[in-house]
Amino acid sequence: MSGQTRDAIVEIRGLSKHYGEGHTRVDALRDLDLTVRAGEVVALLGPSGSGKTTLLNIIGCIVEPTVGNIRLDGEEVYDNRWLRGDLRRLRLDKIGFIFQFHNLLPFLNARDNVAVVLRLAGKSGPEAQRRATELLDYLEVGSRKDSMPALLSGGEAQRVAIARALANSPRIILADEPTAALDSKRAGIVMDLLRKLAAEHDACIIAVTHDEKIYDRFDRLFHLRDGRLDGAEGDQK
Amino acid sequence: MNLAYRDVRHNLFRFVLTCLGLGLLMSVVLAMIGIYNGLVADALNLVKAPQADLWVVESGTKGPFAEASRIPEDTREAVERLHGVSEAGNITYQTVEAPFAGKTLRLYVIGYERDRPGGPGDVVEGRKIVQSHFELVADRDTGLIPGDTIRLGRNRFKVVGLVEDTMNSGGDPVVFVTLADAQTLQSQLAPPAARVQAARGASAEIAKTVAAVVARLDANADIDAVARTVRQWKHLSAMTQADQEQLLIKSVVDRARRQIGLFLGILLTVSAVVIALIIYTMTMEKLKQIATLKLIGAPDRTIVGLIVQQAIALGMVGWAFGLVLITLTKDGFPRRVLLEPYNAAVLAGIILVVCIAASGLGVRAALKVDPATAIGG
Ligand SMILES: Nc1ncnc2c1ncn2[C@@H]1O[C@H](COP(=O)(O)OP(=O)(O)O)[C@@H](O)[C@H]1O
Ligand SMILES: [Mg+2]
Repeated sequence: MSGQTRDAIVEIRGLSKHYGEGHTRVDALRDLDLTVRAGEVVALLGPSGSGKTTLLNIIGCIVEPTVGNIRLDGEEVYDNRWLRGDLRRLRLDKIGFIFQFHNLLPFLNARDNVAVVLRLAGKSGPEAQRRATELLDYLEVGSRKDSMPALLSGGEAQRVAIARALANSPRIILADEPTAALDSKRAGIVMDLLRKLAAEHDACIIAVTHDEKIYDRFDRLFHLRDGRLDGAEGDQK
Repeated sequence: MNLAYRDVRHNLFRFVLTCLGLGLLMSVVLAMIGIYNGLVADALNLVKAPQADLWVVESGTKGPFAEASRIPEDTREAVERLHGVSEAGNITYQTVEAPFAGKTLRLYVIGYERDRPGGPGDVVEGRKIVQSHFELVADRDTGLIPGDTIRLGRNRFKVVGLVEDTMNSGGDPVVFVTLADAQTLQSQLAPPAARVQAARGASAEIAKTVAAVVARLDANADIDAVARTVRQWKHLSAMTQADQEQLLIKSVVDRARRQIGLFLGILLTVSAVVIALIIYTMTMEKLKQIATLKLIGAPDRTIVGLIVQQAIALGMVGWAFGLVLITLTKDGFPRRVLLEPYNAAVLAGIILVVCIAASGLGVRAALKVDPATAIGG
């Protein structure tokens, strides 16, 4: 229970989300509570259509909930409506995304893919380059920093994407099937890396996954079923 | 880090190819403008060549360029005697076809009186006509060179000199011959019925007429007064040089202007549609990347910048290609292509506006894209 004493980074209370109205109404999430603390690495599990992506997108401030209350990194961002107008700035500063497919910009080399988010956050060119190089070295893809994404292997590209997600030192890292495109060995390496990052940056990581082989790499597993979290806040491992 | 530039550099080959295509379109637009300018310049050249102040033509006609005009050749003596007139010359215009070196040349034959207004301006090669018969000075575009001989009507003429940029509004290059030769040519080429009449001696009228009399006035003469006097004469009318130029632009050039203007309008519309389509397609291909940019926190300004900057780059590089292309090829056109820097600048302005407007479609699509589409699921 040591985790309970650390800061709650993601706090969700009474969150519901439905798409459409009337006959076409889909209740993707129903009255859901969730707290994730600094340093935690948690998994969202569940069958297809259970609302995992919806939940991740809501935490990422990409999809607007129907009702509920959300605090991110101590700041109340949603209370039945968005409380901030500049959600992109919020994402830039507080949230890092890792995708199933790396989603690197194909026209920028590895280093600039990382540097671009630093530039967007207002860092100077040289500073962004320096920090991007540092991050790539840290993720052990420094040697590929001048390569275009098309020339990187799946594992290398995923690590560049992770470097990009970390660039602005976000406290929340969201990952949708981060290891789906990797073999099990690479998947294990990426997960270990994510754990290390969470610990070192005092950040939390929320990942959607179907990959049973990596379940043991998570602190907690949340099972989603029909828009509800099974068993209160999941199993504390 | 300029994203627009990086993206272009990444797809450089395709970008260059697209610009080349646009460049071709631009060069056609420029050619149209150039041809129109050339047309006006050529037509005006012809009117300006005699350096006249006054044109005496058949009354009721807009001669001699816009309409046929025929006046007696002794009109010139009457004009010359007018107070204020310093010089006058008879002048004839006719279009003839003449075989030369296995081809048929279409020539615009100007007959003039030696040592009187109406002859060739600057002879750039060879000399002016000195004999009273069978010598001619030709525009360089005829392909003739001094020393060549060419048959006009029943007589052979020797090319003695060349001029440049002298052609009628139809693009036919000019040859100058003496008035007497031109009149002979006119009677030889007249319709058979008229020739029969002339042979009978019933009327030698054909040989005794000219198209116009051009007059130069004394420096302090009252041009309108002279023109008024001429207009009182039977069957004659007078136009000042300015009248003549305006008439030519209105009658001869105006139709071409409307035609070319229409083409130009269509071409610019096509260009605008093409540019809009290209930019829209370019944006649609990048939607996922744009969604990713939004997701990682790029503001709209960055995304709009990416699209608009590429649109402008496309337009400007296309325009530059077009300009280079037309500069390289303009001498190969059958008509003179005359481009002023001002024309190219105006086109650049239009393209700029078109590009910015055209990117609106792409920008709209880009701003609407949901950042969630960047995430699989
Ligand atoms: N944009 C949307 N519009 C309408 N229904 C949606 C939309 N996104 C998801 N849904 C529905 O919400 C439910 C949960 O979807 P999702 O969060 O993608 O589940 P998962 O990621 O667990 O497969 C599904 O029934 C899905 O059809
Ligand atoms: Mg999903």
